[in-house]
Amino acid sequence: MARLNPQPIKDHLREALLFNRRMLVAVVAVILLVFVLLGRLAQLQILRHEHYTTLSENNRVSIRPLVPTRGLIYDRNGVLLAQNLPSFRLEIIPERVTDMDRTLDELAKLVRISDEDRDRFREQLSVSRRFEGVPLRFRLSDDEVARIAARRHRLPGVNITADLARHYPLGELTAHAVGYVGRISIEELRQLDPSNYKGSHYIGKVGIEKYYEDILHGQVGHQRVETNAQSRVLRKMDRTLPVPGQTLYLNLDSRLQLAAQQAFGEENGALVAIDPRSGAVLALVSMPSYDPNLFVNGLDSATYRALRDSPNRPLFNRALQGQYPPGSTIKPFMGLAGLELNVTEPQREVNCPGWYMLKNDDRRYRDWKKGGHGEVDLDRAIVESCDVYFYDLAFELGIDRIHAYLSRFGLGQRTGIDIRGELPGLLPSREWKKAVHNQRWYHGETLITGIGQGFTLSTPLQLASATATLASRGHRMRPTMVRSIQRPGDENVTPVEPRELEPVTIRQKKNWDYIIRAMQRVVHSMHGTARGINVDLSYTIAGKTGTAQVFGIKQDEEYVAEDIQKRLRDHALFIAFAPVEDPRIAVAVIVENGGSGGAVAAPIARRVMDAFLVNAQ
Amino acid sequence: MSIGSSQFVEEDRISAGRKLLLRLHIDLPLLVALLLLAGLGLFVLYSAGEQQSEIVTRQLIRLAIAFGVMFALAQIPPLVIRRWAPWLFGIGLLLLFAVLMLGVVGKGAQRWLDLGLFSFQPSELMKLAVPLMIAAWLADAPLPPSHRRKLVASLFLLVPTLLVARQPDLGTAILIACSGFFVLFLAGLSWRLMISLAVLVAASLPLLWQFVLHEYQKKRILSLLNPESDPLGSGYHTIQSTIAIGSGGLYGKGWLHGTQSHLDFLPERSTDFIFAVFSEEFGFIGNLLLLAIFLTILARGMVIAVQAQDTFGRLVAGSLSLTFFVYFFVNMGMVSGILPVVGLPLPLVSYGGTSLVTMMAAFGILMSIHTHRRLMAR
Repeated sequence: MARLNPQPIKDHLREALLFNRRMLVAVVAVILLVFVLLGRLAQLQILRHEHYTTLSENNRVSIRPLVPTRGLIYDRNGVLLAQNLPSFRLEIIPERVTDMDRTLDELAKLVRISDEDRDRFREQLSVSRRFEGVPLRFRLSDDEVARIAARRHRLPGVNITADLARHYPLGELTAHAVGYVGRISIEELRQLDPSNYKGSHYIGKVGIEKYYEDILHGQVGHQRVETNAQSRVLRKMDRTLPVPGQTLYLNLDSRLQLAAQQAFGEENGALVAIDPRSGAVLALVSMPSYDPNLFVNGLDSATYRALRDSPNRPLFNRALQGQYPPGSTIKPFMGLAGLELNVTEPQREVNCPGWYMLKNDDRRYRDWKKGGHGEVDLDRAIVESCDVYFYDLAFELGIDRIHAYLSRFGLGQRTGIDIRGELPGLLPSREWKKAVHNQRWYHGETLITGIGQGFTLSTPLQLASATATLASRGHRMRPTMVRSIQRPGDENVTPVEPRELEPVTIRQKKNWDYIIRAMQRVVHSMHGTARGINVDLSYTIAGKTGTAQVFGIKQDEEYVAEDIQKRLRDHALFIAFAPVEDPRIAVAVIVENGGSGGAVAAPIARRVMDAFLVNAQ
Repeated sequence: MSIGSSQFVEEDRISAGRKLLLRLHIDLPLLVALLLLAGLGLFVLYSAGEQQSEIVTRQLIRLAIAFGVMFALAQIPPLVIRRWAPWLFGIGLLLLFAVLMLGVVGKGAQRWLDLGLFSFQPSELMKLAVPLMIAAWLADAPLPPSHRRKLVASLFLLVPTLLVARQPDLGTAILIACSGFFVLFLAGLSWRLMISLAVLVAASLPLLWQFVLHEYQKKRILSLLNPESDPLGSGYHTIQSTIAIGSGGLYGKGWLHGTQSHLDFLPERSTDFIFAVFSEEFGFIGNLLLLAIFLTILARGMVIAVQAQDTFGRLVAGSLSLTFFVYFFVNMGMVSGILPVVGLPLPLVSYGGTSLVTMMAAFGILMSIHTHRRLMAR
């Protein structure tokens, strides 16, 4: 060992002695620990031997999960939206089957077993514990149960187990809001708490069922059972009861859902109704809908393909994920921005010849009314939906101020509703265009943003929420599906507190009054674009119609709605709230390819508001 | 007269045998005890593996490789091993970082480094490299070590331990920490320092619980305190293994007759929980025998440590022996339910190859220390 630097001389004897002393300490510690271990082994194998012999001799004491009952879901009036119905499940204990293929073929002669059932069964087979039943079919009919029961002696290892299956009494009426549960997939299984989901076969897939999965599922219980070597239960021993899932009461009103669904008829579209005071979602409809009960036990691939590939896209939740240009429904918000930022005033008039032109640009930005509106002030511009006024106002405001002000209403952002999958829409800005398109912002784009066209996109939920904010004069509440939660066996209901979002500040209250009065005249005045719905109206409505272009019309090109295929026709929109004096409901409706907002979308909103305000008592 | 001549022949034969063993650098008592343990392990494995001879064959091949590694290492003089120590340590550290960066994620933990032909756990290398490195470092200066030496040595200990614990592989991290600590302890770390460290660790336990331990690790500790709290989850292993041990009684249920294991109640029964299979089938008496073999190996290791002729040899032999003790004590402790479940196999008995090779390499080093002794003295 060559050393470069001089080191103190080692005292080998002293080091050896030190080491030996330490070794002695280690030996003592080892002896002590070995005695602890021996003591434990003696305790288990000599003192408590009898006890453990009993446990192992009876053996085969095993712990079975007791699956908790899933929480129920009610609407605001106590109408049942999701329940659990008894059903029978076909299970196979693989260890007791000699020829699996033959058994499956045999069973297929008795009951319907799809290829999906078989595949899923094979998948679960590979992850199941020994002597545990692996489910093959769910929700057997009484007939099927009888057929299998009669031949059971010839089918060892085949069991029929009683079970609870999820059922949605209102079917497609609440599908897009409540969602559905389905059989747990292999991927989901990996992310779950395995002990809490032992024995659970279902999990929330979309909607409320998914968002509130933790609350609805409950806590698993255990039952100790004494089994023989074939895992047959001989005796039930002590158990811990499962804690059932909690009951949810929704803000949703199924009568409003029904009114909306009937009003839509064959049209595609979406409607969202919100209580402006609390953010409570009163109705959430996406048309067409589907029967969620189909999904509970897995549907066959033909039905699923039909649903998925239907041109009407019933599985698509338009209320949360449909992103549409808001069209003229954006005008009240633009008008408010103009007043509050002192860019315009009630007296100011703009001449509308039917088009608008920017300086140094020969492109004509057209009004929907060919001959123009003449001299219009802000009130008329909203009531008659004059585009030219808002081209001008948008130009004066500029895109930066438009973006900043409309953002405060939550446009272009997720509302944070308690359902997953909501899309944010889009409120364009200079920065956005730079980042996404790497292009500068053009004045012409500011103009069409001012009438809710161009890049601007919003979801029906977002529009309803923004309308609610307008109705409550700046108060913003997070849209909330769940009203209250109740623990099973507990009398008390825990309300879900409404969550306030950052409010839109008011500079001058009279500006808000002005806009709302103009919106009221959209419905209640002679020239209002939604005057068609004021017949026999026992309360006041403030609203705004909108039409969103599905495709662009070229310059100087005539456009006649009837000529164009239905699919290419404009989307019809309507936002409204009522009663104007004390708003209790705010609604946003979109009818895909509906054409005119006033004629097609507004009546649907009226039907829903009637259901809430007039027929409520 | 005939008696005298036969005695002479006998002595001559023995010394010839000893010479051969010495030339092969084999320590007979250690070899015999290890072979006894490995043989016993194969019997238990045959039972635990549902009498599949394939498992036993595969384990036999692994044992052959592992014993081969032991013989190979025994040929290398301790001086050379000492010179290698910094290199081993440095490479191991690099590999640990590599695993951290690009490790193949297996079983939710990053432990393996895929080297194309085979994957390799750098943490295994560290089980040897850390004690070798610290021993080499401390042996360079007089003992007890100076503050500076202690400080650097504690870095050699902490960095690999934390890297391995991060993977997360708590079992191996504990072993690495122990092996390094044992070197320091045997080198004469002052009692005052150790006690204050212990107090410090005890005081930081709540922080450790809050910020460092993974959810599954907390669950295992909680289930040790009360296995019934989660009988389907992390408590299940312990409940079933204590039933297996307890029902074994004084004499056991007999080889191949353990019901707990053969009816599938006992999880991981070929690997980490194989001690429960043994206990169930061979009872308390069997456990005494098994412990006796383990303690024989431990005792031989300690003797080798005490008889070693230089500080490096003493420290390495002592640390490796004590780490071996931790290995089987922690495994038996967790299977019998007095320690939390950390993933440590029972040395030479559990099915599996990686840690087996490291273990036998350690015994190779022990043999090297013992058998090169006289050569060095001459």
